[in-house]
Amino acid sequence: MPKSAVTPTRMVLNQLKGRLRTASRGHKLLKDKRDEEMRQFMDIVRRNKVLREKVDEGLSGAFAAMSMASAVMSPEMLEQSLLYARQRMELDVSHKNIMSVNVPVYHFDQQSPDESGQLPYGFAQTSGELDDALRQLYDVFNDMLELAEVEKTMQLLAEDIEKTRRRVNALEYVMIPELQENIRYITMKLAENESATKVRLMKVKEMVLQQAHHYER
Amino acid sequence: MYKIAVIGSPDTVIGFKALGLDTFPVRQPEEAHKIFKAITKADQPDEYAIIYLEENLAEALKADIDRFKDVPRPAVILIPGKDGSLGLGQSALQAAVERAVGVNIL
Repeated sequence: MPKSAVTPTRMVLNQLKGRLRTASRGHKLLKDKRDEEMRQFMDIVRRNKVLREKVDEGLSGAFAAMSMASAVMSPEMLEQSLLYARQRMELDVSHKNIMSVNVPVYHFDQQSPDESGQLPYGFAQTSGELDDALRQLYDVFNDMLELAEVEKTMQLLAEDIEKTRRRVNALEYVMIPELQENIRYITMKLAENESATKVRLMKVKEMVLQQAHHYER
Repeated sequence: MYKIAVIGSPDTVIGFKALGLDTFPVRQPEEAHKIFKAITKADQPDEYAIIYLEENLAEALKADIDRFKDVPRPAVILIPGKDGSLGLGQSALQAAVERAVGVNIL
């Protein structure tokens, strides 16, 4: 039995058939979308994994170098040397479209004319360990930036895949079976009506004949 | 132009300050919560596009982090602290996989 009340008429039947066509086409398209999104997602997950390991490793190295530097220098001195950055780090964000999901792409160009351009302090009162630590940190930072991009992409894509998957399932397991059920119900009801009419007509014909000719069978 | 923020313990963030990032040294998770709220407010002239957050603060700021999972900006990225990695960054990856696939396939 159909779940919702449908009027068994030809007009409704045609409407339902149209909706079924649209639903199946949408289902096919969404399924393709989901598959492609999934493929992209797995690529990104793999990249994320590698980057995450690289960043974890790099940062612990940089922190270790940093604590070496702070061991050599006095804390006040260290703080003072790092207080003012040579430049402000700013970021330009544009967007890339992956399967109609807008994901960020970070552009960032550091203008450091020479090696010392990165370092915000003079060399006289600081130790070489600090230079090393900062260089390591700077190297890791490029990976961190990429990690941020990849991780955000991953999250956004995951959200969209979830949405698409739900739509595909809703169409496949709810919408399309329900429409098919309703169509079957209407077709059967129409056939039933037709045969009922036929039987009624035959009966009427018989009655009319009997009245006119006192015709007994 | 967008900015980059680093929130973590003073020892962790000091190096990033030299790189020119906006650093927010915190000692208590509550403090981090307040800062997080402040820098993610909508009506700022320059938004933060990336917020690096030290892992040990992640637990306390979970609600704040989850709020920004589905929006393009900012990206909240967990980084290990000075005391080594807690593996929370990996768990973000697993959560995303679980969300997309339905099961954890890693």
